[in-house]
Amino acid sequence: MSKRLASGGRRIDRSLPLDFTFNGKPMRGFAGDTLASALMANGQKIVGRSFKYHRPRGLVASGAEEPNALMNLGTGRRFEPNQRATTQELYDGLVARSQNHWPSLEFDVGALNSLVSRFLPAGFYYKMFLWPRAFWKHVYEPFIRQSAGLGQAPAARDADTYEHFNVSVDVLVIGGGIAGIMAAQAASASGADVLLIEQSAHWGGRAPVDGAEVEGQPAEAWVENALTELSARENVRVRTRTMGAGIYDHGYVLAYERLTDHEPDPQGPRHRLWKIRARQVIAATGAIERPLSFAGNDLPGVMLASAVRDYLVDYGVSPGARSVIVTNNDDGYRTALALHAAGQTVKAIIDPRMKATGALPEAARAVGLRIETGTAIAKVKGVAKVDGVFLCAQSGDGDKTEEIACDVVAMSGGWSPVVHLWSHCGGKLRWDDARAMFCPYPDRAPTGADGLPFVRAAGTATGALATADVLTSAVEAARAATEALGLTAPAQDVPTSAPTEEEPILPVWVMPGGAGHKLRSKMWLDFQNDVKVSDVQLAAQEGYQSVEHTKRYTTLGMATDQGKTSNINGLAVLSQSLGIDIPEVGTTTFRPPYTPISMGAIGGEARGALFQPIRQTPIHAWHEDNGAHWEPVGHWRRPYAFPRDGESVHDAVMREVTNTRDTVGLLDASTLGKIIVKGPDAGQFLDMMYTNMMSTLPLGRCRYGLMCTENGFLTDDGVVARLDETTWLCHTTTGGADRIHGHMEEWLQTEWWDWRVHTVNVTEQYAQIGVVGPDARNVLETLGGMDLSADALPFMQWAEGKIGDFDARVFRISFSGELSYEVAVPAAQGLAFWEALIRAGQPFGIAPYGTEALHIMRAEKGFIMIGDETDGTVIPQDLGLNWAISKKKDDYLGKRAQARSHMTDPDRWKLVGLETLDGSVLPDGAYAVDEGLNGNGQRNTQGRVTSTYHSPTLGRGIAMGLVRRGPDRLGEELEFTNVEGARIRARIVSPVFFDPEGEKQNV
Amino acid sequence: MLILICPYCGVAVDETELQPGGEAHLKRYGPGSSDEEFEQYLFQRENAKGVHFERWRHVNGCGKWFHAARCTVTLEVFGTYPAQMIAPPEELCQLIAAKRPGWRWREFG
Repeated sequence: MSKRLASGGRRIDRSLPLDFTFNGKPMRGFAGDTLASALMANGQKIVGRSFKYHRPRGLVASGAEEPNALMNLGTGRRFEPNQRATTQELYDGLVARSQNHWPSLEFDVGALNSLVSRFLPAGFYYKMFLWPRAFWKHVYEPFIRQSAGLGQAPAARDADTYEHFNVSVDVLVIGGGIAGIMAAQAASASGADVLLIEQSAHWGGRAPVDGAEVEGQPAEAWVENALTELSARENVRVRTRTMGAGIYDHGYVLAYERLTDHEPDPQGPRHRLWKIRARQVIAATGAIERPLSFAGNDLPGVMLASAVRDYLVDYGVSPGARSVIVTNNDDGYRTALALHAAGQTVKAIIDPRMKATGALPEAARAVGLRIETGTAIAKVKGVAKVDGVFLCAQSGDGDKTEEIACDVVAMSGGWSPVVHLWSHCGGKLRWDDARAMFCPYPDRAPTGADGLPFVRAAGTATGALATADVLTSAVEAARAATEALGLTAPAQDVPTSAPTEEEPILPVWVMPGGAGHKLRSKMWLDFQNDVKVSDVQLAAQEGYQSVEHTKRYTTLGMATDQGKTSNINGLAVLSQSLGIDIPEVGTTTFRPPYTPISMGAIGGEARGALFQPIRQTPIHAWHEDNGAHWEPVGHWRRPYAFPRDGESVHDAVMREVTNTRDTVGLLDASTLGKIIVKGPDAGQFLDMMYTNMMSTLPLGRCRYGLMCTENGFLTDDGVVARLDETTWLCHTTTGGADRIHGHMEEWLQTEWWDWRVHTVNVTEQYAQIGVVGPDARNVLETLGGMDLSADALPFMQWAEGKIGDFDARVFRISFSGELSYEVAVPAAQGLAFWEALIRAGQPFGIAPYGTEALHIMRAEKGFIMIGDETDGTVIPQDLGLNWAISKKKDDYLGKRAQARSHMTDPDRWKLVGLETLDGSVLPDGAYAVDEGLNGNGQRNTQGRVTSTYHSPTLGRGIAMGLVRRGPDRLGEELEFTNVEGARIRARIVSPVFFDPEGEKQNV
Repeated sequence: MLILICPYCGVAVDETELQPGGEAHLKRYGPGSSDEEFEQYLFQRENAKGVHFERWRHVNGCGKWFHAARCTVTLEVFGTYPAQMIAPPEELCQLIAAKRPGWRWREFG
């Protein structure tokens, strides 16, 4: 059983005990513990269950690569699933629960999956769920729903806040081991602005645990001195608990800082996402130890040798009473020596190599440890925990030669450099056969905007394992980075370190080499997703050759740990199965983030009101005070209607229409786009932008204009006013202002750059108010000022002057068919003018109306709406707008496109009005069915509804739609379908339902 | 996330400040052009593996359109220049030739 030893533990403070609970059970750890080390100190062997077979799982690793110990952490608004116990620092009151089991961690029904595991092979999901169909609903889906997903989704809104931080640095050093520290020292000596980040709370990485010595002092002391010195430099920033998450194009790097995850009572932002622009990046990201593939290697108690060493040295925790070490390299002997030095029993060191005569094995021999060379583990004995191991010859097929009782197996299959960050932005890898690892290939480094390398690997991330090599690579990386920056650093000596002589590793991908299927189906590669050696071999047998396909078929490396411990072993097994070399198989793609980062950090401050700032007109507050029912239009909020006490929204809309048609209504039209186009060539320019002739628009006049894309499709509409000889004011739709302004600028700057034209988007400079209805003129005249009579200001003209005290530009234009004045006043006067109109209009029964009443009134008049009658496939000719297309112009945007044969096809769907026979309202978007079926066996269609409303004016449903040859078929009846499939009959009529002669607007 | 130098502002601009505009140096065909010419102009685009010329707008900055010469494989940026040109500047073409001997893009190179 694992336990805390009486002494030792360089990271813990035994004078500061911390209480926490695991699955409701009270436990105690010390300050400096991780949740993992504290669980181990409390003798907790099983920490979770695997995804597919629900096998019991113990701690395998001590850091970010941990595949098993995923926890539901916290409670209520601070609950979060899938947190790795190995990277969670312990704090007082921490609440952790294990995941993926039911009803309990110790007894789990899903573990029955394990018994039928031979029916759940690689590609199971692809193979099984095809047939029969009814099984899906009644068998497979409930089964998957029960077992799918790790952890629980949080139920409550996150209590914490998050933030983003933008920073630009000369050199970013990722990784705070001795290599990262050395590189930061060397780089900062050149005067470069350096940021050094470390994912854990501790500096120094593995070196202090592994007993490295630098400049004649223990690594721990060297690290401490170096950090003190670094922190004092003005051009250096250092951050712990900050992980380099991803490296992107042109030196963009995301780092993830966990500010309060270790605090019992967190204050301030929880996570900070650093958005870094680094001119040079040094990836000193270390290496991860590989497991060995032997039968039963997934039982709780089988751990990485380096992790056993970490728990022992860093936390004073022994993973068990009696250990067996299995290693194919000299490094694993460090664990044996560390255990022995701590007074723990090491039963044997199993080494598949034929001889072990390096300095470390000799040291183990010297202290009397038993070493078995040429030997392998045939099988781990035990159910839900390690009881012992059976030995065999590595060269054989697993014939057991001996049993050794033990409760811990510490395995070392060699080291894999953490090449993730190197690879994110295109850095290539090279297989090092002697050391059996993929290393960064310096000749194929990620390159930046200048085409030159901007990422350099340093330390064990390069594949260097000896301290001297680690430090040399760091100095070299720093020198290359500072040179690339054009800086010169003082000559930097590589600090001295104790030499370590290690003998070569023997790559062992399957243990023993000749293991049959039975053993191979018990050798785990991916502990979290339950992918075994036999699964990868089956995939190869079934024809999978690409490592990317094999990954997806077997789910190898697709768990939350993204295969940090399993990928290399998996692709080595694949290469063996395919009979090709490892470099030919290659690796899967490394994608950011290196380890999962919180959604909160990604969102940062952008939530609630800050998620998408809302645009408000100058009259917004009045609308709010007067009960507006809001509708989002682009980034604006516009009143949809103004329901009164006890009135439904629908009833309010009906009242607003009737009131406007009978007396007078008020519309806040401030959101309409307003673009000034000015210059000697402005008329010529507008003739290209609009289908109409705008250059000949007389001073003082308004004209309704259409804009098309170069592809011919209608993209925006609005009224254009000629302000003076060289100035036009173009109104756009609410959603179109920025887009159309950009469209104008694009053509001006990139096609007709010699035309003397200037454009300005003045949308927000004015409040614009529609005074609409038979009493509109009476209301305005009450305020006094300029002459607004029919003679002074006829329909489709504009004038400037004073209304009351307000500076007004008045347009006599109408989108409702009523007598209508749209009055623009400076934005700052908007609210006062609106209130003045409301007061002046009281005797006439004035009432504000919203966008829905506007829509109904325009539909009653057959006016089109961009986005309703148009959808990017509609040309003006489809909408009966030929009158707005100039025949005199040689050219305008879209003219050539509209001449294409399918644009002039008489069979195109064209705009008509639609009247249901029973007066009901047609469903929006409903299709008119036609005879016969199309190629997919669906009913043919011949038209669709584009706008549909109940008209209070007419007392019935009205609609507009696009129908094949529609205008030629007035009076014909069509059948429309609703979502339930029922048929509704409607007659094709003129789209102008109300006042077809336009008498009301022209008084 | 690319960084391009805006030739108007002269500053290194982050991609979040930019709006992409597709292929550069298109010649417009309007009324009177053949169907083939118009199709070529409106729809047919280079899909270069290597040197490419494209349009960008410094939309959240000075608002100006400019052109960039960029390698689509390595994302190396050879240079940027104002959009008011019908061909890439000669110096830029020479610079690209030094880095990518034998490069060719449409009628240029």
